[in-house]
Amino acid sequence: MEASNTSDRITEGQRRWKIRKAIDMVARRVVEIGGISVIAAIALIFLFLLSVVYPLFGQPSIEEIGQYPTPGANDETLYLAIEEQAEIGLRVGRSGNILFFNVENGEAMVERSLPIAPDDSITSFQVVNETIGLLAVGLHSGELLFFQHDYQLEFTDTSRIIHPDILYPYGEQSFPVTEGPILGFAIGDNEDSTAVMARTADGEVVFQSFLKESSFIDEATTLELSDKDVISTVDPVLGMLVDPEQEWGYILTQDGSLSAYDIRENSFNLREKVLVTEGDVRPTILKFLTGGISLLIGDSSGNLSQWFQVRSDGDLEFRIDKIRDTQIDNSPVESIATEQLRKGVIAASQAGKIKLLYTTSERDLLSLSASDSAIQTLAVAPRADIFIAEDRNRNIKVWHIDNHHPETSLSALWGKIWYEDYVKPDYVWQSSSASNDFEPKYSLVPLTFGTLKAAFYAMMFAMPLAICGAIFTAYFMAPSMRAIVKPSIEIMEALPTVILGFLAGLWLAPFVELHLPGVFSIFILMPIGIIALALVWWKLPGSVKRFIPEGWQAAALIIPVIIIALICVSVSPFIERVLFDGDIRIWLGEELGIGFDQRNALIIGIAMGFAVIPTIFSIAEDAIFSVPKHLTSGSLALGATPWQTLVRVVLLSASPGIFSAVMIGFGRAVGETMIVLMATGNTPVMDFSIFQGMRTLSANVAVELPESEVDSTHYRILFLAAFVLFIFTFFFNTVAEIVRQRLRKKYSSL
Amino acid sequence: MNTEKLGFFKSGTPWVWLNAGAVSISMIMVVGLLILIAVRGLGHFWPKTIWEIDYLEGDNQIVLLGERSKTETVPAKQLVASGLHLGFEEEFVERTLLKIGNRDMNGVDFKLIVKPAEMEVRKPVDAIVFERTQWGNFYGFLQSLSENGDTLDIKSGALWDELQSRLKRVDDLRDEIHEIEKYEIGKINYKIEKLRLKQRRIELSGISDPDAVSDIKSQRKILDDEYEILKGELGKLYSAIARDQALMTIQDGREKQVKLADIIKATKPNAMGLGTKLGHYFVNLKNFVTDDPREANTEGGIFPAIFGTVMMVLLMSVIVTPFGVIAAIYLREYAKQGFVTRLVRISVNNLAGVPSIVYGVFGLGFFVYFLGGNIDQLFYPEALPSPTFGSGGLMWASLTLALLTVPVVIVATEEGLSRIPSSVREGSLALGATKAETLWRTVLPMASPAMMTGLILAVARAAGEVAPLMLVGAVKLAPSLPLDLNAPFLHLERKFMHLGFHIYDVGFQSPNVEAARPLVYATALILVVVIILLNLSAIYIRNHLREKYRTMEH
Repeated sequence: MEASNTSDRITEGQRRWKIRKAIDMVARRVVEIGGISVIAAIALIFLFLLSVVYPLFGQPSIEEIGQYPTPGANDETLYLAIEEQAEIGLRVGRSGNILFFNVENGEAMVERSLPIAPDDSITSFQVVNETIGLLAVGLHSGELLFFQHDYQLEFTDTSRIIHPDILYPYGEQSFPVTEGPILGFAIGDNEDSTAVMARTADGEVVFQSFLKESSFIDEATTLELSDKDVISTVDPVLGMLVDPEQEWGYILTQDGSLSAYDIRENSFNLREKVLVTEGDVRPTILKFLTGGISLLIGDSSGNLSQWFQVRSDGDLEFRIDKIRDTQIDNSPVESIATEQLRKGVIAASQAGKIKLLYTTSERDLLSLSASDSAIQTLAVAPRADIFIAEDRNRNIKVWHIDNHHPETSLSALWGKIWYEDYVKPDYVWQSSSASNDFEPKYSLVPLTFGTLKAAFYAMMFAMPLAICGAIFTAYFMAPSMRAIVKPSIEIMEALPTVILGFLAGLWLAPFVELHLPGVFSIFILMPIGIIALALVWWKLPGSVKRFIPEGWQAAALIIPVIIIALICVSVSPFIERVLFDGDIRIWLGEELGIGFDQRNALIIGIAMGFAVIPTIFSIAEDAIFSVPKHLTSGSLALGATPWQTLVRVVLLSASPGIFSAVMIGFGRAVGETMIVLMATGNTPVMDFSIFQGMRTLSANVAVELPESEVDSTHYRILFLAAFVLFIFTFFFNTVAEIVRQRLRKKYSSL
Repeated sequence: MNTEKLGFFKSGTPWVWLNAGAVSISMIMVVGLLILIAVRGLGHFWPKTIWEIDYLEGDNQIVLLGERSKTETVPAKQLVASGLHLGFEEEFVERTLLKIGNRDMNGVDFKLIVKPAEMEVRKPVDAIVFERTQWGNFYGFLQSLSENGDTLDIKSGALWDELQSRLKRVDDLRDEIHEIEKYEIGKINYKIEKLRLKQRRIELSGISDPDAVSDIKSQRKILDDEYEILKGELGKLYSAIARDQALMTIQDGREKQVKLADIIKATKPNAMGLGTKLGHYFVNLKNFVTDDPREANTEGGIFPAIFGTVMMVLLMSVIVTPFGVIAAIYLREYAKQGFVTRLVRISVNNLAGVPSIVYGVFGLGFFVYFLGGNIDQLFYPEALPSPTFGSGGLMWASLTLALLTVPVVIVATEEGLSRIPSSVREGSLALGATKAETLWRTVLPMASPAMMTGLILAVARAAGEVAPLMLVGAVKLAPSLPLDLNAPFLHLERKFMHLGFHIYDVGFQSPNVEAARPLVYATALILVVVIILLNLSAIYIRNHLREKYRTMEH
């Protein structure tokens, strides 16, 4: 009985022990899994940011998806195009036949022919407006005929059907332009007007400008002739262009001379004539880059160059400048196609080589040998995901391209880029604009500059206050006062930065603007005043000194500091009147040429300095306070003054700690968002002036990310900015942390 | 040692004083900032005197009526430079920003006036200020009251009391309207939307289910009928509330009929004694905390922002506490203390210093677009293309902030764990307890104040953080609270308002910054008070804890 009871008890105990053991195991697993998953979650931040940023630097890929003989009549191809969905292609033939065909397999779909009189024929062709599909042909009779390819989408329950058609926006009649056959022409077209330059066999170039008038009744648009001008050229013309705003007309002759005409007055005013090729090299093709600002010129050496009008520094004159060029092939450039929504270009050579490039980022994206014979016609789909090329043997090949972020390259992000309409290569951040054919400018340099500038001014303000304050608090201050000061500074650290930013923007900025001389005199007079007070104190007899015990100087100084500040602020208007002629902002602008922003780096320095002080203070104070006491006691015992002990012993051994405090403070200043967002003008200027604002990486992300399209280049670049911030602060903090840990080890061994 | 002999500079005294000065300046800045916010924030609710000023503008003398909102001294030259013609010779001019209100009649709320042009200043006892539902404040004098367009025959002495009693009636009616619009109609709309989504889901599933569809139709019919009834009631209430009008004269003598329905509150601040003012002060303060915002957030209260902040912080705490504590326990009690653990510890420490905007970017990309987008595809296809979880909301904001604050909790908990003497653990283990039991029964209870500190610091940080919220779900005006009476009660996908974001938005994005400024100060004050209280309690707990273990070690 007894025995069995014991064994019962033992089994009972064993059972409970097993359960406890099991619980222990489960707890261990749960904690391990939980702990590791939290750490993994943190690592996920890094990996996720990286995964979003990575495609920016990926290479585009290309895949041939079809090949077929050119569909349609057996005539010369004037033009190929692909519609938005990249399903239907368009071919315009020399005989006036227009064929819509399936892009993938070349099957003919819809056929139309242009209303041209039987005794007339097409002598030239030009794209008028690629985005809306407006085209024009020049006729033997000297007339122009406008037509438009248009696509209607129809949605059924299961699918989407596209109905292509040819429209005549200005009616089916043609417009007389020249006396003889139009051998070539150029058209600039916008919503209000259209300008035409057409050349005839006898070397005349006719300029005609039309105003668009819409009828209120049936919404039809008619072209009304408004002005006309004629010049004659002797040299054989290769190509002509008129920009959409109808400000400039260009004529490129076959021997490589490019003339730019000012046509704003609706007549030819020759402004400049430049040679675009050298030596035996001859231009072979002339085309606008999307947007109608840059000219693309291909030549017989296989070089493709970009040119645009540059307003030279200082004067108002424009000159045509070669911006950049790239080698397509060793054989002459035969054809060029431009992307419609970006500044991308596809160029092909006589030897059948095709090259994809991007102008802004100067990237040669990829090249391929497409054919044995010359590629005569190229077409890119509006979304730039499909392009087709027809060679001399009337063969069409179709490619699918994955090319999402050609705008970025290391040089585009961090180097100087010569953007359209800029006088020189520059660092610019301008990510979006109202217009569609805008060239996005993604230089991170102005933002990084702004970030460092803001951090620099913040550190200039915070470092002296925080480190000096830490020294006094840790080394001189009476313990009972320290018990008040430390928590106060910790609370300072906890203040939401949105409140600091709000006060800086709405209270401090106007205040400083109004009392600028006063604020600067505070910076100068405050240290002088404190030293003067110290001197007075020094001279006082010992009986008076006893009122303020050692270690309470900071408390004693509070009233005098306030008084000094108040005096400075209240004499500010007088200083302004006497020294700065009544208004310092005007004085700065007129005498020194310094612009004054109300929300400037000075405000940021003070506000962000305020946010950074507690960070630096706490860590530095910790480092100084934990210097082992026997070191200081030894120094003092050997006869050093407290100050000597501080400088020679304490600061020396605590300096790594102070260094790491500054690093961490700097890291915080770099990443701070709300203060800079609210207290600067957020203009991405590169000016180190204390009176100018800036735009920082973090504020830029906060402003632009909610509006940017997911997975677009802009979106990824903003992620890159965040990634840069992450790496930057992580690096600084890690260095600081390692320094601190080593310091702690050193102290504990002492 | 005698420093006196060394001479002033050699002794180091000036440098010691300079260091002391740095401390004083820092302290003055902290305290000054708090005082500034407190004064401006609290001042907002005090009923201000209405001044009537005969003012010389150019050659014309006009009468102005309003509150002085800001006065400063500026050099006369600056004023002249800004295009003002002064008819007097003075170096410095006192300039006042006068809130003249009556935006519907004056076009602006504020007017800058200079002292020398103020000819005569009066404090009319019967000047009245209306707080209105739109167009901001109204300043003027009461002439008569009318009901359904007929002027009431009331003695001028009794007019004011009559106005107040009629305003009381308007107030009650307004409450009723609010009740119907916000709760009852809101509820019906919510149900109708649910039905629409249900129907869409059936359509998407591709299986025809006529029973379900007709069921939805009949339910829809019931709801539509209910809605019609409510609409009828509302119509009656609206015509009842529009009954009364007050005929007012404004500063320049023009008359204006003000609908009582537009008036939220009518006061005669000049006629108030100190006690009455104090009473109004606290009523205003209470309304500020409990009311919804009006007029693009420039008027009214901040209740939804307080509510949103609290909800977000609560959710975040629920997420962050277990994970932070488990991670800390793992690092301190279970993980092998080696190079890797040290590396992890440094990383966790550093994450506390990673800019908050980076977390926001991560939250937007990962939580909102990636997770949210996929959740929408899987579970809410019927609502597409309008996103459910695929845009910023309460849940993603809480998760993002949880990630942001998890290092704080880990660090604080770890510190607490490391302070517990190992003798305590060893004792427990020696008595036969398993590791889990030791942790659960002995170590964790002792470390609980440290966890508390960590959590409080996390909450304080989360409550003040704005940058990441701008990306993951805080909005300037949320149509409905994330918690209401419609099942499932807690709507994690909803956008919410946040105190910090409110400050940013009203202070910088508002159409009428000047009028909204006092409100921003008041909001800032509330935020600061909450955060300081949280931090003080964290500091208190921490100090208390240190004392406790100090005694234990000996």
